[in-house]
Amino acid sequence: MSVKIILFGKLADIAGGSVSVDNVADTDSLINALHKIYPEFTNTKYVIAVDKQVIKENTVLNKKSTVALLPPFSGG
Amino acid sequence: MIDQKLYERYHRQIILPEFGEEGQQKLLKAKVLVIGAGGLGCPALQYLTAAGIGKIGIVDDDTVALNNLHRQVLYSVNDIGLSKAERATHILQQLNPGISIISYNERLDNQNTLMLFEEYDIIIDGTDNFSTRYMINDACVLLNKPLVYGAISQFEGQVSVFRNGNKDDVNYRDIFPDPPKEGEILNCAEAGVLGVLPGIIGTMMANETIKLIAGIGEPLIDQLFTYNALNNQVYQLSLSSRKETRSLIPKNEKEFLKTDYEWLCAAPKQEAEIDPDTFNNVVAGGDVDVIDVRELHEMPAVNEFDHIRIPLAQLADNISLMRSDTLIAFCQSGKRSLQAAKILSGIFGDTKKIYSLRGGIVQWKQDRAKQAS
Repeated sequence: MSVKIILFGKLADIAGGSVSVDNVADTDSLINALHKIYPEFTNTKYVIAVDKQVIKENTVLNKKSTVALLPPFSGG
Repeated sequence: MIDQKLYERYHRQIILPEFGEEGQQKLLKAKVLVIGAGGLGCPALQYLTAAGIGKIGIVDDDTVALNNLHRQVLYSVNDIGLSKAERATHILQQLNPGISIISYNERLDNQNTLMLFEEYDIIIDGTDNFSTRYMINDACVLLNKPLVYGAISQFEGQVSVFRNGNKDDVNYRDIFPDPPKEGEILNCAEAGVLGVLPGIIGTMMANETIKLIAGIGEPLIDQLFTYNALNNQVYQLSLSSRKETRSLIPKNEKEFLKTDYEWLCAAPKQEAEIDPDTFNNVVAGGDVDVIDVRELHEMPAVNEFDHIRIPLAQLADNISLMRSDTLIAFCQSGKRSLQAAKILSGIFGDTKKIYSLRGGIVQWKQDRAKQAS
C-alpha cells in the first residue's frame, strides 16, 4: 500500500522530488520509513497532517490517505 | 453616519452588500498593530491603510536596506538607511491622512510587548524570526488578542488566524509547540525569497484582518493556509488545539516578563545536561531541588535521594515548589527532563542553575549498580 506524501519547505528540498513509501499501516511507520530514507528529516521540526487534518498521535492510513509534512517558516 | 468625503473614499467597498456602511464603520473604529514593516508588513499596511483602519501601529527597529527593495514595496532608494517604522508611517499617512498611524521604532521584547498589545484589537505578525513569533503568540494567548499570522520561505507561504477568544482556540503552539533551534530553519536572508511572495501572503493577511473586523466571510480560524508560488498549489489544513500547549505558554504577566525568548530559540546548551557522577556531586552540594518529571505511575521508583514529583505537563504550574538555587530534572531516559530544563530556563532565566540528568534514572541506577558490584 502506498500513500500520497506531500512535503513542504525544507523537507521538499531535502527529498528533492516526489516521495513514495510502500507498505505503511500508520503515520508512525511512515515517519520511521521516511527518516531512514532521508536522515536529515530527523533534524527538522514539522507537523503531520493526514487528509488535511493535523494529527496529534499515530494515525492509521489507508490507500487513499494523503499525508502532508510541513515545517515552520520564519521569514517575513 | 459616515460623512460625504469618507463615503466617497470608501465607496467601492461600502456598496458591497455584505460589507456596507456598517463594515466601514467597524474598520474606522478598529485598532491594528502590525509587527514588522518588511516583506509581509508593507503590503499588509498598504491595504489596511487604504481600507480605512482607524488606528494602525507599526513596530520595527530596522532600517531600510537596498536588498529590501525587491519585496518591501513601500520604500524607495531615498529611504535607505532610514527607520522602516518612521518611513512607512510617513508614506502611509500620505495615502490616507484620515486615519491615525503610530510608529514604534523599537524592537519588540518581553518587556514592552504586553503594554503595547493592550492598546490594539488585532495583532499582525509579519516578523522574520522565531523568537519574536513565539513571543507574539504567547502574548496574544495571554491577552486574548486575535493574531493574524503569516510566514514565508523561498517560494512558499503560510497564513492563519488565531482567534484567542477562549481556551480551546487554536494558537501557533498547537501547530509547532517548540521553536526550532538556530540554523534549523533558514530565514529569507539565508534561503532567499521571491519578491512577490510576501506581497501575496501579506495581502492575504490584510484580507483576513479586514474580514475579522467587519465580521464577514470565513477567516482562516483553525486553518493553516499554505501557498506555493512556483506551482500555484494551495493546501489548507484543519487545526485543533492540544491540551499540552497551555503548559508551554506563560501563565501570567509575571511569567511572561521572565521568559527569555531569545534563549528558547538559541542553539541548545550542552552544559545543561549532567552525567550521573556530576549529578551526585551537585546533589551532595545542597541547595538543590531534584524534580522527577515522569508521570506519577512510572517505574522504577526512586528512594535513593530526595526529590519532588511534577509531571512535565504540570511543571510550569508548580514553580512555587522550586525554591533552591539549583534545579535538576530527571525522567526515564533524559529526554523529557531536557525539555523540562528548557521550560524551567525559560521561566527562571539566569536566576537559577538548571540541569537535566543525562540518560535518565535508568542510566543513574545502572551506574550505581555497577559501582556497588
